[in-house]
Parts: sequence; structure tokens; C-alpha cells
Amino acid sequence: MEKTLNNKAWFLVLPVLLLVAFNALIPLMTVVNYSVQETFGGGLYFFEGAKWFQQILASERFHLALGRQFAFTFTILLIEIPLGVAIALTMPRKGPWVSVCLVLMALPLLIPWHVVGAIWNIFALPEIGLLGRGLNALGFDYNYTRQIGSAWFTLVLMDVWHWTSLVVLLAYAGLMSIPDAYYQAARIDGASRWAVFRHIQLPKMKRVLTIAVLLRFMDSFIIYTEPFVLTGGGPGNSTTLLSIDLVKMALGQFDLGPAAAMSIIYFLIVLAISWVFYTLMMRNEERG
Amino acid sequence: MARIELEQVAHSYHPQPKGPEDFAITELNHVWEDGGAYALLGPSGCGKTTLLNLISGLIVPTRGTIRFDGRDVTEMTTEERNIAQVFQFPVIYDTMTVFDNLAFPLRNRRVPAPEVERRVREIAEMLELTDSLGRKARRLTADAKQKISLGRALVRSDVAAILFDEPLTVIDPHLKWLLRSKLKQLHREFDFTMVYVTHDQTEALTFADRVVVMYEGEVVQIGTPEELFERPAHTFVGYFIGSPGMNIAAAGVEGDKALLAGHEIPLGRAYPGLDGAAKIEIGVRPEFVRIAGDGEGMPVTIERVEDIGRLKIVRFALGDGRFSLVTGEGTEIPAVGARVRFDPAQVHVYADGHRVEGRAL
Repeated sequence: MEKTLNNKAWFLVLPVLLLVAFNALIPLMTVVNYSVQETFGGGLYFFEGAKWFQQILASERFHLALGRQFAFTFTILLIEIPLGVAIALTMPRKGPWVSVCLVLMALPLLIPWHVVGAIWNIFALPEIGLLGRGLNALGFDYNYTRQIGSAWFTLVLMDVWHWTSLVVLLAYAGLMSIPDAYYQAARIDGASRWAVFRHIQLPKMKRVLTIAVLLRFMDSFIIYTEPFVLTGGGPGNSTTLLSIDLVKMALGQFDLGPAAAMSIIYFLIVLAISWVFYTLMMRNEERG
Repeated sequence: MARIELEQVAHSYHPQPKGPEDFAITELNHVWEDGGAYALLGPSGCGKTTLLNLISGLIVPTRGTIRFDGRDVTEMTTEERNIAQVFQFPVIYDTMTVFDNLAFPLRNRRVPAPEVERRVREIAEMLELTDSLGRKARRLTADAKQKISLGRALVRSDVAAILFDEPLTVIDPHLKWLLRSKLKQLHREFDFTMVYVTHDQTEALTFADRVVVMYEGEVVQIGTPEELFERPAHTFVGYFIGSPGMNIAAAGVEGDKALLAGHEIPLGRAYPGLDGAAKIEIGVRPEFVRIAGDGEGMPVTIERVEDIGRLKIVRFALGDGRFSLVTGEGTEIPAVGARVRFDPAQVHVYADGHRVEGRAL
């Protein structure tokens, strides 16, 4: 059959196109624009090619921030994913406690991020905070504003507190979708608790856990607000993650060119890792 | 292999059951003989699955005792009871191969590897799964998955009983026949005690030596397919077994005569002492109603004739009731002035739903 061509349909896409242009494409192109130019103000721009990219990639400051970023992301992933699954496994499957648990779990997710930072900032203060004073009273020498170890401990703890719930909720949803017959069959087959987890629960949670890992990876990799409020990147530069470093460079030093180049590299890293991870998981899925 | 006894078993899903309406199984006393092939037949929600789960130990009865070969197993887990069970929808272990799926129940029980290998191959051969033994189970069709579920139940040679909970629902009709006869053959070969839940009467009648009919949490009749057909112990059995079901109508019964819509119907037996019953009904299968000649039987109004090939189903009205009869394709059916006759020996009398035996004349 001959298809009728009607280009009026393009008008219907126009609003979305404009929206995407203004909130993604144009800002992104501005960044690309900055990343290849040098400016001394007054509307004067000089084309610099890949200079800023080379500079960023070679700079020790970037390497350190990237290293800290990976350390942070992998630490919280290693804690939050298993912990989230473990909590989801212990949550009741039915009864009045289900909603109580769900609400309790959702609470940390509802708190604005800078408030989370502020809460933990005060909570962990060695002089007046419950956590800070408590740890010191127990004999630990704890001061997150001065000690690198304490700062990292607090940062990781805060993120675990804030985001484990997300993993719990996703894993719980995955668990709830397993029909009772699977558990019954496992009992008939004489499967141990571990075998039930390994062969029924884990495979059934695989998809949601893939999503959980992806979300937690991306979110933690671009985290800014909470560590900024909590430690401001200190003591020294010890908790200066990539985004904090980026803001320092762009707004603190007003090095627009290098900052733009760094944003692009930063963006590509997140994109590449997410893509590789997702593709691997999905290919596995299809082959399996 | 075991003889399974249920003694006054009742089950309720409520934590504190109040009245009988809270019970999924009202009260059961029944023995499943060792090596018997039973079909558990009944409409949806009559407690078939509950009964099965009670036997397998997935749920513990609210009251009563369950014994395997005389041993009290009421509080024992499924694993201790050593029961195999197949569910309505295929349950497979996604990440494992077909072989590992079949081997799973054996490996969990620490059966030595060569024995596992031998049993799995044997079962796979029987279910025609040999070609896919090395494949991941999740890639297979629903049919094949259900065959794996069946296989996992059959792979253990020492089980006390194998329970099937409508296992062929997802299987396509052609394969259904095949698998059903496979199961029957297996039963003959290994003498497993088998209980097969279904709501499909053909399936029940072809599979089992004995059919257990359940209705609203109670067993209303246990018998061979012939018994269910010829002497339904409960009006529900009459209605549920057979197609079309039994004709059942409220009637007055006195001695060896029934009074239906002003007509006197002779009965094969005498029924004295029915005064205690709240509801008296008579039932006769459509197969035992025939078109009568002039002067005999009762006048009826023919409403519809359904030709189903070799047979005709005739629907007719008698008094306020609607009845049916089955007759050969050659029978002449008069449009007006038709009369029908009930075979006296095949008219049963029911008091409050249950069949009354009566006294021989």
C-alpha cells in the first residue's frame, strides 16, 4: 500500500524538540564551546583546540579527584547493594508491618539533599552532635572536620543512610514479584535457605538490582550537595570529589575552558561506564 | 511410597476461625492407599489445592492428624515427609541448565553423582528432554518448562507420594494427552502413590483409578469413574460429572414412588423415613431418560434439540423444571405431544444433597 506522506506530524514533535534544545542541547553545546576556547573577558575568544582536554587529562589534581570519586562510588556500592538486599530479605512479605517498613524506608529518600548534608553536619559535630560526641565519649578520636579518615567515614555513612533505602525498595519489589509457587517448589525440592537465595531470589532480582546499581553508580558519581554541605571537600582536599572540584574550578577560579573540558570528560566517563555495565548485564540476560 | 491417612483434618486460613464458613477444608477422613492413582476433582475454590498442600506439608492443618504408613507427620516439614509436588504453573530455576534443574532435588539430598546422572538421564529420556539437557532452562517454551517441573517430581525414586496440582493447565492439548498417558504408564511401572488435582472431569476420569470429588471443603464422593457416573453420592457429583450433568429436581418421595410435577414416577427401591430431611430431590442422568411411546411416561414440552454428532441432547420442560436427555442420532423426536420415561433403576433420591440408599423392593 502507498503510504501518504504528511509532514505536519513534525509540528507535533516541535515542543519536545524545543524543550530538549533549551534544557540539554544548547547548554551542552555552550560547554563544548567553552572547552575549546580561551577567553580573557570582554567578549574576546581564541580557539585553543584540544589544549584544555590535554591539560585536564594530564593534571594530577584531576587524577586525585577522579581517584577519590571512584573510591567513594565503589565503597558505597559495595555497602549499599548487599545491605539493601539483606534488608529487603528480612522485610515482611505481608501483614500490617509491610506499610510501616515501606514508609520508614522511604523517609530518607524524601529529605532534600542539602538538608541531609546539614543534618549530618550537625549530627557528627564532635562538640555537640550526637554521633560526634557519642563516638568521642566511647573513646574514639573522631573529628570529621580535621581527620581525613573521620571525614570519609562520615561521608560514606551519610550516603549509606540516605540511599540504601532505594536499593531496599527496588530489591523488595523484585522479591515481591516472585510467585509463592517458587518457594513451595524449593521446599519440595529440599533446597536450603542459601540455595533459595542463590537460585530463586537472586536471579529474580537481577533486573532490579541492575537498575539499582546503575542508579546508585550514576548518582554517587555526580554527587555534589551532601558532601559540599558536610565537609566542603575538606579537610584539605581529602573529600573533594569530581563535582566539587569542578565547581571550584569553574566558579571559584573562573577557569571556564578547563572546567568545560573537565565537565565533558566527566560526562563521558559516567556515560561510558553506565553503558558498558548495562550492555554486559543485558547481554548476559539474553544469553542466559 | 506410602499409605496416607487423613484423620479429622480441617484447615482454615484464618488465624482464629469462628464458624464453619471460615474453613477451607471442613473435615476430612480419608485414606489414600499405597500405590493408588487418585484424581481430586472439584470446582475452583473447593479446597483441592489446600488439601494437596496439607498432604505435602506446605501448610499445617488447623486440626486433625496426617499419617504416612501409620507415622504421624502432621507437624513435619515437606522435606521430612519426602513428598514430590508439581504446581499449576511451571517452576524452574532460571539460572540452571535443564540437567541441573532435574538434578536439583537429588543433589539437595546428597545423592551420589553417578546415581544423579543415571536418574536424570532416565527421566529426561522419558519426558523427551534429552536433547535440551545442556540448555539453560529459561530459554525453553512453557511446555518444556512444565516437563521439567514434572521431571523434578519424578526424579526421586523414593518419594512417599507425588502430588500434581493441575499440572497440565499450560500444556497444549496434543501434548496433554501424551503427558497424561506418560504419567499413567509411570504409575503402572513404579507404583507411586499419585494424587492429581484437576477441575477437568475427562482428565480426572482418564488418569485415576479412584476419583475424589470435593465440594465446598468437603469430600462428597470417592469412587471409580463408573460409580461416579452410575451412583452419584451427592447432587453436586451428579451435576459436575457427565455432560450434560444429571437432571435434579425437587420432588415428593413416598415409598417406591416419586411425585414430580403431578406425575407419579416409579422408583427402583423404596425410601421410607425421609421425613427428617429439609429438601428431597430426585436425580436421573440424561442417559437414562428416553423418549417414550404413547400412553407411557409423562408428557413434556421439547424446547431444543442439540445434535452433537453420534448423539442428540434433547432439552425439555416438565412442570417448572428444565431437563435433558441423551439419545442416539436415529431417534425420532416428536415436535408436539412428546412423552418421556425415566429408567426406574437409575432414578436416585437425595435428601439434603446426599444420596439415600433406599431399600430393595
